[in-house]
Amino acid sequence: MTSTLADGAAVVTGIGIAAPTGLGTSAYWAATLAGESGIRPITRFDATRYPVRVGGEVDGFVAEQHVPSRLLPQTDHSTRLSLAAGAEALAASGLTAQDAPEFGIGIATASSMGGFEFGQRELGHLWALGAQHVSAYQSFAWFYAVNTGQLSIRHGLRGPGTTVVSDQAGGLDALGAARRQIRKGTAAVLAGGVDSALCPLGLAGQLSTGELAASDDPRGAYLPFDRAAAGHVPGEGGAFLILEDPAFAQARGATVHGEIAGYASTFDLFPDGPDADGLLRAARQALADAGLAPFDIDVVFGDASGRPDADRAEAAVLVALFGPNGVPVTAPKSATGRLCAGAGALDVATALLSLRDGVIPPTVHVREVDPGHQIDLVVGEPRRPTGRLRTALVLARGHGGFNAALVVRGPATTAAAPPTSPANPGPSRP
Amino acid sequence: MTIRRAVITGLGAVAPGGIGVDAYWKQLTDGQSATGPITLFDPSPYRSRIAAEVDFDPVAAGLGPREIRRMDRATQFAVVAAREALGDSGLESGAAPAERTAVALGTAVGCTTRMEQEYVILSDSGRDWLVDSSYAVRELYSQFVPSSMAVELARLAGAAGPVSVVSDGCTSGLDAVGHAVDLIQEGSADVVVSGGTDAPIAPITLACFDAIKATSPRNDDAEHASRPFDRTRNGLVLGEGAAVLVVEELEHATRRGAHIYAEVSGFATRCNAYHMTGLRADGIEMAEAIRVALEQSALAPDDVDYVNAHGSSTRQNDRHETAAFKRSLGEHARRVAISSIKSMIGHSLGAIGALELVACALAMEHGTIPPTANLREPDPECDLDYVPLVAREQPVDTVLSVGSGFGGFQSAVVLARPDRRFP
Repeated sequence: MTSTLADGAAVVTGIGIAAPTGLGTSAYWAATLAGESGIRPITRFDATRYPVRVGGEVDGFVAEQHVPSRLLPQTDHSTRLSLAAGAEALAASGLTAQDAPEFGIGIATASSMGGFEFGQRELGHLWALGAQHVSAYQSFAWFYAVNTGQLSIRHGLRGPGTTVVSDQAGGLDALGAARRQIRKGTAAVLAGGVDSALCPLGLAGQLSTGELAASDDPRGAYLPFDRAAAGHVPGEGGAFLILEDPAFAQARGATVHGEIAGYASTFDLFPDGPDADGLLRAARQALADAGLAPFDIDVVFGDASGRPDADRAEAAVLVALFGPNGVPVTAPKSATGRLCAGAGALDVATALLSLRDGVIPPTVHVREVDPGHQIDLVVGEPRRPTGRLRTALVLARGHGGFNAALVVRGPATTAAAPPTSPANPGPSRP
Repeated sequence: MTIRRAVITGLGAVAPGGIGVDAYWKQLTDGQSATGPITLFDPSPYRSRIAAEVDFDPVAAGLGPREIRRMDRATQFAVVAAREALGDSGLESGAAPAERTAVALGTAVGCTTRMEQEYVILSDSGRDWLVDSSYAVRELYSQFVPSSMAVELARLAGAAGPVSVVSDGCTSGLDAVGHAVDLIQEGSADVVVSGGTDAPIAPITLACFDAIKATSPRNDDAEHASRPFDRTRNGLVLGEGAAVLVVEELEHATRRGAHIYAEVSGFATRCNAYHMTGLRADGIEMAEAIRVALEQSALAPDDVDYVNAHGSSTRQNDRHETAAFKRSLGEHARRVAISSIKSMIGHSLGAIGALELVACALAMEHGTIPPTANLREPDPECDLDYVPLVAREQPVDTVLSVGSGFGGFQSAVVLARPDRRFP
């Protein structure tokens, strides 16, 4: 069975999600297929004085239900969401520290701004009240490695641990780092990213990029690839996955949801320039890493910036790889906002669910895809392709020039189907 | 398939007591402490008012006005160190294909200094929770996110391969170099600009380190406050700085006739899964990281000539680490020379691991082991050879450098001669 896997692949055996469209994988997936949106007026603070007043908040998250009370004073909101999603992923995979060799389970998380809300609050305590009012937990609660440390401690993960920071590309880079750990001999890795910077200071920072949409219409602010695209809305959340060595997963009888078949990351020295080729290079390298050609890809989960020029650049990459309208493209993140380091991990989780159920979730809110893009964007209803839906390409870009691409393949039952070519499309999923 | 090996071909350092590798090395081998009273701001409200500051003038260091405006102090350190390292390696921008050049930069607390400064303005000294973003500088975001540091290094080095920040608390510097080795070995890059940087000497850092009593309150004897393995040690002394190491694929380096300082022959990290700031006394996870890093190097404990310790000068660390050395190196732990340069340059969080690796490469280069300064009263619980006070001349062919960080990270890196004989 493992012979059908890409060389050095890692299989996925558990998914945990905290997203504006749903807390927990099943709630998220149902809402995503139903085309529900998690973009609403910001409630966590009074955003009326900001030009951006809508965002993707994880609705109905009661920290006490997911985080032990002794951890509440020492955790930022993003860490609490991480603890919830990490616990769900581990529970779904059935993996505990006792199931693996000592040091056999590692962890790789992505962060973009750390526990930023916690940091803002403690800066306020320091500057408004004085040094004695700063929490002792500030020494780690805001820093970038905090989710790696807290999840490792919470679940007794004593293998290799690391934290990747590469802005919005980080979610994919953390999964790439996890796969690298598995190739080097670690049995399993808890990996992904859950991020949040929906506090006043965080929003001020994100605003300064000029990439946010200045709109307070929850349904019209973030319209990637649309003629009316004018930026994105900020969001919080993300996903954690359990990646495993295929032989280890098989030996313990784990259910395999699919595999990370290929991955690559690149950088653009001039990301907005006409010669920026980093995203295309990343996609090609990830395909080569998976031993696949573009025609093997059945769906693309786009980065979907929502800025017209960045959308155009991504569309050009898709046309270069697949030809005009050559492959279905979707961006369910139009319902969550851009989740910083959480985005790539959530897209990979969504891709796995999509391959599992043979259905492509839609890009909500988008009404009129810019015809100049020449991409087949899935809008409106979810799409159930009559042909093959086995392999997905996930793309991500981070502010400053970061790019990452990752190839996900569905579970081995479909991976065992005979090889296909464009002239000979494979069987549809049973 | 031939195994791709990673070697160090360029060094750069911005350290307390010395900017540039030569000044840094002189500082270390003289056994001179660079710790003193904090001068960057008024430290009088704090319990610990001492640190190892870099005497840094960005203009004198070659930075332009625009660079100074857009970069945090830690980013400035990293850029200055990277320029030196790239020059040292002979790989200035453009000398290697951009697609085959990568960046792996470690930082624990990123743009702390600038973030706090901007926060104070936007929040009107903390009075306004709903900060006023109309006071924001352009690209405030880049001054909040550490990924902007990697962006600057990538632009400097002309790197279009994999670029990222590695942020694993106080092991960030070691782990970034370890990540560079991974990128070389798996074939994702031929040249990686790696290292670490941090500029944490800011009010918010002092306040929270005070709160957990991690820093030494020996304000009246700042120069001798960082005293790893000493019976009277009472906390770390905060430091700052950056180090950059150009890590290159061995054949690539050999082909162009580059000077090779050392091979990075092993790297491993483990989590203790115990406590965000606490360490168990047994050192099991660090010992495991050491064991794996030596195994990757095809070296035995007896082969190690020098151990660059984490040696942070806290009660718990130095004991934990001593246990880890005994557990992983066996009897050789009692014979091998061990030292902590944090005794001189303090603990610069995500930078220190990279600064220590530069010191290790120089120890191999010069056959000199920098000492543990301020170690006058050995702790009976720390009963190994920590090279007290005075540098030691001794051939060094194999070095082990370790780190331990908030979050539970335990890392080990082994440097060795690339032409060593394999068993």
